[in-house]
Amino acid sequence: MNSLKGIIYNCRQATFLIEKKQIKKLTFRENIELKIHLTGCSVCRVFQKQSILINQMVKNLLMNSQNKERKLDDNFKQNLQDRIDDELNRQ
Amino acid sequence: MDKSRLSSESVMVDPRQWVKKYADYLYTYAVSRVNDEELARDLVQETFLAALERIKTFEGRSSERTWLTAILRNKIIDVYRKKSSGPERQSDVTEAERAQNDFFDPNDGHWNEAFRPKEIGEEEDLLVSAEFSVILQKCMEKLPVLWSAVFTMKHMDDEVTEHICEYLKISSSNFWVIIHRAKLNLRACLQKNWI
Repeated sequence: MNSLKGIIYNCRQATFLIEKKQIKKLTFRENIELKIHLTGCSVCRVFQKQSILINQMVKNLLMNSQNKERKLDDNFKQNLQDRIDDELNRQ
Repeated sequence: MDKSRLSSESVMVDPRQWVKKYADYLYTYAVSRVNDEELARDLVQETFLAALERIKTFEGRSSERTWLTAILRNKIIDVYRKKSSGPERQSDVTEAERAQNDFFDPNDGHWNEAFRPKEIGEEEDLLVSAEFSVILQKCMEKLPVLWSAVFTMKHMDDEVTEHICEYLKISSSNFWVIIHRAKLNLRACLQKNWI
């Protein structure tokens, strides 16, 4: 870890940049800093890999739950239909 | 205002068909974002009623379904906002922050030994593992409401950062702190429960 001493940020900040990078383009300076840090820090490289994986999995979770359509029960639907019909018939 | 006449005149809007055509779709949309079936049912109902009230503002520029989904989406954002601004907001955030105090050395910011990320398996296997996604879901539920709202809006719905800040009334620097902290806790929770 000696090689990291000269670098102006640490693992906490490196993980911050790893998160930011997945959403927004880093500045030139941030990019260089992160690259240098990751070159010397295998733990943060593991973090980065897992972080990207987690984002991917979260997206999959949503898609899976959306593809498997849920059904409202018929009673609820009938009540809802009645309410809408009432509203429409009111005038 | 003669709503029924309006709807029979317009080919675009037909509220009497809404339940049949869109109720299940909207319900699925809501459940996957609020994780609460009861609440999701209420939101679907509120969406239809709100849509009836402002049926005149529907201009047919989008499809009926897109229009209804947009109304529902706003209602979901209201839920996020209400849940995250309650009195519990501060305490659950404080607790989650405390949980990650030990992750890094306070002096040099390096990972503390016990909390270092470790390899947790082959990526391809994890992506398709049903067990792993159950744990992921559980870990997401443990996040403070505000963090989970920010995280969900960004990573599930690809919402524009500025909009998230505006909807949830947080500053942009707070946004980045939350994105970072949410991931730290989520990853740690996965490691703890998977290995």
